[in-house]
This record gives sequence, C-alpha cells and structure tokens, in this order.
Amino acid sequence: MSPVSTSHSRLIYQALKDSGVRLVSALPETWLVHLIRMAEDDPEMTLVRLAKEEEGVGISAGAYFAGVASAMLMQNHGFLASINAVVSCAQLYRIPLLMLISQRGGFGERDPWQTEGGGVTEDVLRALHIQYERLSDPALVPRRIAQAKTLAYASNKPVALLLERDLMWEEAGR
Amino acid sequence: MPMLRLDALRAVYPTLEPHVVVTIMGAVAAELQSLGHRPNFFYLQHAMGLASSIGLGIALTRPERQVIVLDGDGSILMNLGGLTTLARYRPKNLLHVVFDNESLLSVGGFPTATSTGSDLSAIAAAAGIPRTATVRTIDDFTRACDEALAARELTTIVAKVDASGPPAYVTDLALLENRFQFHRYLQGPS
Repeated sequence: MSPVSTSHSRLIYQALKDSGVRLVSALPETWLVHLIRMAEDDPEMTLVRLAKEEEGVGISAGAYFAGVASAMLMQNHGFLASINAVVSCAQLYRIPLLMLISQRGGFGERDPWQTEGGGVTEDVLRALHIQYERLSDPALVPRRIAQAKTLAYASNKPVALLLERDLMWEEAGR
Repeated sequence: MPMLRLDALRAVYPTLEPHVVVTIMGAVAAELQSLGHRPNFFYLQHAMGLASSIGLGIALTRPERQVIVLDGDGSILMNLGGLTTLARYRPKNLLHVVFDNESLLSVGGFPTATSTGSDLSAIAAAAGIPRTATVRTIDDFTRACDEALAARELTTIVAKVDASGPPAYVTDLALLENRFQFHRYLQGPS
C-alpha cells in the first residue's frame, strides 16, 4: 500500500468537483497518483495528460476561453518548468489558473532528487506575486480549494495551493 | 520564389472566418490582422509553443466548434511534446497549421532546425497525428486545409513559406482587448 493518502486525495478531488472544475491537466507524480486516477475514472471530468507542465497553462487558458473551469495538478518541479507560460500566457493575458502543487522537498523528504525544489518554490511564487496557501490540514481542504478557485476567477490570475506532506503522505513519522 | 505566408493566409481567410482561430505571435498575428481581425481570432503574442495547447484546450471543451491553430516552426519546436498530447487526444475538430519559414524571423531571422533537415510533418506523424502534410504552393495549401476540415480528423499541415514578414509586428489591437473579446465571443451562441 502506498502511503499516499487516499482519503485526503478524495477530499481534494471532491472539493475540485464541488467548486465546478471539469477539466484537470496533470503529469504523474507520486503524491498525485490517486487524484489522477479519480479524474481518469470520473466521466464528468476531462483529464489531459501532459508531456510537460507548461502545456497545462495553455490547456487551462483554452478551457477558460471555452467557459470550462480547470485545475492544474503538478509537482513543484513541474510548476518550476511551467513558469514562462505562467508569466507570458496566464499573467500577460489575465487568465485565471488554479494550480494544485505537490510541495516535495520539504521536511521528511527522503528522495535526494526532490530536495532542491522544496526550498525555492515559495520564493518563486512570491517573486511572481502569485497568491498561495500551504495546505496541510484536511479539515480546511474544501474551504481553501473553493476559496482559491473563487480568487483565481475573480482576479483573472494564477492562484496556487501547496499540497504538503502532512496532507498527502500517511506514513507514521515521515 | 517560396509561397508568401500573407498570400497563404489570404487564400484561406474565407475558410478561417467562421471558425475559432488561435495564432502565434509575430508575423502570423500581424498578417492575419492586416487581412481583417474578427472576434473569433485570438493571437497569443508570447508564450511561444502554447498556441497549439490553447487550441487543444478549446477543442476538447467545445467539440461542436472547429478550431484552427496557426503555428510556426520556431514556436512548435519549443513544444514538440505538445504534439504527442494533441495526438493522444486526437480531437476531430482541430486543424493545426504550421507556417515553416525555417527561421526565427521576428528576432533577426536566425535559422531554426527545420533549415538543417528537421521535418515537422514527419515529427507530427511520428508523434501520432493521424493526418499530416507538407505543402509548398497556395493551391496545395488551400486544398490541404479544405480536405482536413472535410475529413474531420486531427491534422497538422506544414506550409513552407518565405522568410519574410510585415514591416511591423505591433498592431492597434491591444492584447487584453483581444483576450476579453475572444472570451466573450466564446461564451455566446456558437
């Protein structure tokens, strides 16, 4: 059994559905596996599997133009890979973006290759003036996702939620 | 003399007119606007590579609309992975045109990899795009566009064009004006 939390993934997925999201773009990442499978199994959801996260900004922009609310599921390193699109598509054109970013590389990270991004992700979000919240308390998941979506679409800007280890990973002591 | 992109655009303008059109920046955007802007035309004036991704996002969420992306060699070379995403979902309502002038014209005309043999329609076909073609004349281009729309199948047409463009790239249409108008257009009746 993977220690990735199925119940919290379900909570996040349900909050996305409840907030009206009907398209998600994603690249596989360990913490997101359940969320991606839930999107895949849901006939009401369009799942777009990407080759690189930058494409997801364009897909979300297209969905927005078409009147469909969307979310991007990605790892923080994927967010780092998408930045020119965030700046020169979403921010330049005032496109709402709901970004759910798994915050790898924080306390408890065992994979050496994940340890660099965790230290810079929030600084990059701040440098880009992207409003964000860290999400670790499952009780706050429905509310924060609804609020993030509301702000993204009211401001016509990218908004980010950082999915943290305490929310996504259920292994004791890790 | 290779075909001029402006002549190619003029030849297919009546075909583009009723459809949802997404273009890249630079010469394609300026030349299409010079032929006549419409509320159903969106010009992505930066974020090179993403025009095809925006077109895919619209095509997947609005299957009743025909979407036409006007891409370029420099742009698609920045998002070759996106071709595999187009091919994976294979929307029947998406026509992907790549104007290939083998150069990054608007930033000094430096040659792209298509000038040294990289073949974009072969790359698109190998990515899994079901219909692909390379065309070099206006007649072949208009015929390929008409056939693609009639076939109702995802198609990438690489149109080889001369490496020349308009005298200026900045137009009177503000980026945000275009963006809000295009969004409003797509919320209306199709």
